[in-house]
Amino acid sequence: MLSKRIIPCLDVKDGRTVKGINFVDLRDAGDPVELAAQYAQQGADELVFLDITATHEKRKTTIEMVKSVARQLNIPFTIGGGISSVADAEALLSAGADKVSINSAAVRNPQLIEDLAEAFGVQFVVLAVDTRQIEGKNLVHLNGGRLVTAIETETWIKDAETRGAGEILLTSMDHDGTKQGFDCTLLRKINDSINIPIIASGGAGKTADFTDVFLNANVDAALAASVFHYGEILIPELKKELKAHNIPVRLQPDRIIQ
Amino acid sequence: MIGIINYGAGNIFSLTAALDRLGLQFDMVNTEAELESYSHIIIPGVGHAGAAMQKLRATGLVEPICRLTKPVLGICVGMQLLTAHSEEGDSDLLNIIPLRTRLFDKELGIKIPHMGWNTVQHQNNLLFQGVDEFAQFYFVHSYFIEYKPIFDIASVTYGNRFSAAINRDNFYGVQFHPEKSGAAGEQLLKNFSNIT
Repeated sequence: MLSKRIIPCLDVKDGRTVKGINFVDLRDAGDPVELAAQYAQQGADELVFLDITATHEKRKTTIEMVKSVARQLNIPFTIGGGISSVADAEALLSAGADKVSINSAAVRNPQLIEDLAEAFGVQFVVLAVDTRQIEGKNLVHLNGGRLVTAIETETWIKDAETRGAGEILLTSMDHDGTKQGFDCTLLRKINDSINIPIIASGGAGKTADFTDVFLNANVDAALAASVFHYGEILIPELKKELKAHNIPVRLQPDRIIQ
Repeated sequence: MIGIINYGAGNIFSLTAALDRLGLQFDMVNTEAELESYSHIIIPGVGHAGAAMQKLRATGLVEPICRLTKPVLGICVGMQLLTAHSEEGDSDLLNIIPLRTRLFDKELGIKIPHMGWNTVQHQNNLLFQGVDEFAQFYFVHSYFIEYKPIFDIASVTYGNRFSAAINRDNFYGVQFHPEKSGAAGEQLLKNFSNIT
């Protein structure tokens, strides 16, 4: 049976992980390679790196970081942030990233989805969408949520699927940071209207929130950042809990290679 | 030493990184003469099976690969190339293993692509030696290889049952990505390198 995936998300800047990371046994909490390996060890099914590097020149360090991660990591990872062309994506994929996630650039230029799918296959193209409810409508937001558009979230996601997005990463800004649980109502509605995998994001605060989003929205994966970084939720315990609710998960550890 | 068929079908950074982590030596195979230099051959591949087959034909390696008697492992689209035909682009393939590669059926209520970790039921085969009975592997694909017990060494269910791994003589294929499948995947790559 296909497992539901648990995905920690890491913010990186200039090739280093940022935001409070609270693993006790890390020698260098800013080292994305070490952090990624730690998550893989714990049983993360996949990782997402969100690159918030500001300047174009420094994005070279991102490529180097992707290479270092790919050399060490034996699970898939996605990189997003600042990708606005096929060339941007190609540099990351050649460096060993499994998927790229695009957001604002795809809204401004929807043809980018088609171009990426054509060049690399739909499975490489994750469409990230930041959504917030305004006057009863779920609207797409850009630039890390700072800019509202008039585009309805469900319409945009269905359009993106048609264009060749292989997966949707949907962040509810209304729930993000609240730790009050995922936006199951919206996630379920979107999930029912598409036929590609969907990753839930925004609102994870406790183990039960994950159980809830898998049981009630039937999403394919759930993503979170701070609850994992601060050790508030430990992945092995989370997975045990999900399994206890008959949610299919991949349990660690695998046997160690002889 | 492992030779990786270099025919431009997808990037192989993750595969070579996995071989490096396992301490397995490898190099690229570009010509028929180079095939001789290696004890094991890997055919990688992502993307469109028909397009991959065209690229492979362009290298002139199709006939020499079909004649190989050393262990050969096709990964993902590289595995599909071993079959007779793919519905993707209605493409004739190597036909080393007479099976069909088919498109997942949306009517079964499944999402396409099949993406993520799925439980693989493997047979008693050298490739899976030491791999846990219900180990999971990482899959990303929209086309699958039909399940035929005679060539099947591992099966998986998504909508319907299909082959996760196949074998005929010295030719092996895996639909999942061992290089992305944690310790189980690394064990499988190591097992392949030990097949004689």
